Amino acid sequence: MSEAREKLGTMLYLDGVSVAFDGFKAINNLSIIVHPAEMLAIIGPNGAGKTTMMDIITGKTRPDDGQVLFDGRTDLTKLDEAAIANLGIGRKFQKPTVFESHTVWDNIEMALKKPRGIFATLFYTADDEDIARITEILETVRLLARKDDYAANLSHGQKQWLEIGMLLAQDPKLLLVDEPVAGMTDAETVETAKLLKDIAKTRSVVVVEHDMSFVRELGSRVTCLAEGAVLAEGSLDQVSANPVVIERYLGR
Amino acid sequence: MITQALFRALDKKAIWLVAILLLVAVAVPASNLLLPVDSPFRLPNYAVPLFGKYLTFAMLALALDLVWGYCGILSLGHGAFFAIGGYAMGMYLMRQIGTRGVYANPILPDFMVFLNWKELPWYWYGMDNFWFAMLMVVVVPGLLAFIFGFLAFRSRVTGVYLSIITQAMTYALLLAFFRNDMGFGGNNGLTDFKDILGQSISAPSTRAALFAASAIALALAVLACSAIVNSKLGKVMVAVRDAESRTRFLGYRVEYVKLFAFVVSAIIAGIAGALYVPQVGIINPSEFEPANSIEVVIWTAVGGRGTIIGPIIGGVLVNVGKSYFTGAFPEYWLFALGALFVVTTLFLPKGIVGLIGQYRAATTKREQHDRDAPTPMQVEAGADPQPKPAE
Repeated sequence: MSEAREKLGTMLYLDGVSVAFDGFKAINNLSIIVHPAEMLAIIGPNGAGKTTMMDIITGKTRPDDGQVLFDGRTDLTKLDEAAIANLGIGRKFQKPTVFESHTVWDNIEMALKKPRGIFATLFYTADDEDIARITEILETVRLLARKDDYAANLSHGQKQWLEIGMLLAQDPKLLLVDEPVAGMTDAETVETAKLLKDIAKTRSVVVVEHDMSFVRELGSRVTCLAEGAVLAEGSLDQVSANPVVIERYLGR
Repeated sequence: MITQALFRALDKKAIWLVAILLLVAVAVPASNLLLPVDSPFRLPNYAVPLFGKYLTFAMLALALDLVWGYCGILSLGHGAFFAIGGYAMGMYLMRQIGTRGVYANPILPDFMVFLNWKELPWYWYGMDNFWFAMLMVVVVPGLLAFIFGFLAFRSRVTGVYLSIITQAMTYALLLAFFRNDMGFGGNNGLTDFKDILGQSISAPSTRAALFAASAIALALAVLACSAIVNSKLGKVMVAVRDAESRTRFLGYRVEYVKLFAFVVSAIIAGIAGALYVPQVGIINPSEFEPANSIEVVIWTAVGGRGTIIGPIIGGVLVNVGKSYFTGAFPEYWLFALGALFVVTTLFLPKGIVGLIGQYRAATTKREQHDRDAPTPMQVEAGADPQPKPAE
């Protein structure tokens, strides 16, 4: 009873999730909960299973065991990538993957939350509302001036921002953001933290990051993963003071 | 909704292309039929179906480009859809022969009489009606593409594996159509056509009409492809080509996007095949040969994939070259074709059309460089615009 209620109030609920690749346990009995309008930062050494966890949530990898629930009731292990995306889970990849042969504008337009069916897409014409929304998103990610440029011509940091813009356009309830500040300057990093904090006021955000100063900037709850399981949870200060975390991840 | 889509299709390039095709649709037949025989501008009779054939090849290349150039599906079996469309037309033409065949059987085509068949197989029913045969030209290739694509794309068969199974598909059909028991004339295929829509198939006026029909069909295919690739779905197709899994995470059903492109492409290829058969006068299983489908890939690559006009240029030019070469130096044609493909792959990744783009990019770069070059004053002031070459 209390367990059911516990699930009901969550945006993302992972319980006892395990997956093995050729006998190697990438995720081992992992349990994580993210509440609505909450940000969670996930840190951990390479190979801790951070990206695999995202693959499981977004339907790219099927877990061998365990429960993955979205919004307290939808079983994500039964759905494919497109269905999960349409439920309202957006993902930003570690390596920025934008559509390079499309313009910045078209990248956002494709991501914009609209019917995804073949014929709805074929006969789609952007109405004033859509144009206003795309403009607003481009303003937020500071790419409005470059809206007609091909995404291929953006700098690395700008591609990261474009991808965050695409996430916003999808209007997801849950955002999974994998290393958003890799390759960004310090100033860009601060801006990104601000933007993500802003987004987390209304949506759930899971950020995977190595950059400790960025995680500090986010000021959110932190979970440290290692070898596919939770090593420590709490505020960044609590987690980074944890002797096990220091030994296994932070060093010294 | 549909008018908007059509309006979008009419970008400047598409308008020009359609206008040229319509002009050709009028000019070529007019030059053949209206000019006096001794006029230097008169196209000889043999040239009209020959040019018509080039147009159907261009249409086939355009169909391939829709799936390959825009959606990243390298089909090495597109000749199969072309051939099936051709067979559907051939069946209609066979039924028009009637009692003028060698065995003068009013219902059965000659090859069936020869095989001692007593009645028409069920799949030949209705093919004596032009409208029904034309329906089959569209439905059968479309259905085959739908079933094949549904299975392949749902199982996420991509890249070279998909290319191999498309090749296997056309090869399987080649073997099947070679069999006399299939009821499509076996090795010899369907030929000795007499009439189409009551007109003699070899009459200059019929050939002129078939040419015009080919040019108009190609123009319509250009419009359809242009409408698709300029739509948001077209952008999603390119997204699938460039980053398939990313597109999936945006919530698009990649398998359906591919299936749509594949089916539309197969239908265009089928119509091209149906226009090809009455102009060359024969359809036989060799049209299913894997090498034919690979040739279509070469036409598309040479012209420029990922553009609407590229495959049309490639389809026409390579085949004009083929006609010339196979006449002048028949034994060297395959070497020339191979060399063409190698040269295109190495030096013209975007084909002939890309060459124009490359040239334009180079000139704008030069202009920009000229503009950005510092004035003499700046140079005097110590600005060093260009790094000194290493010595």
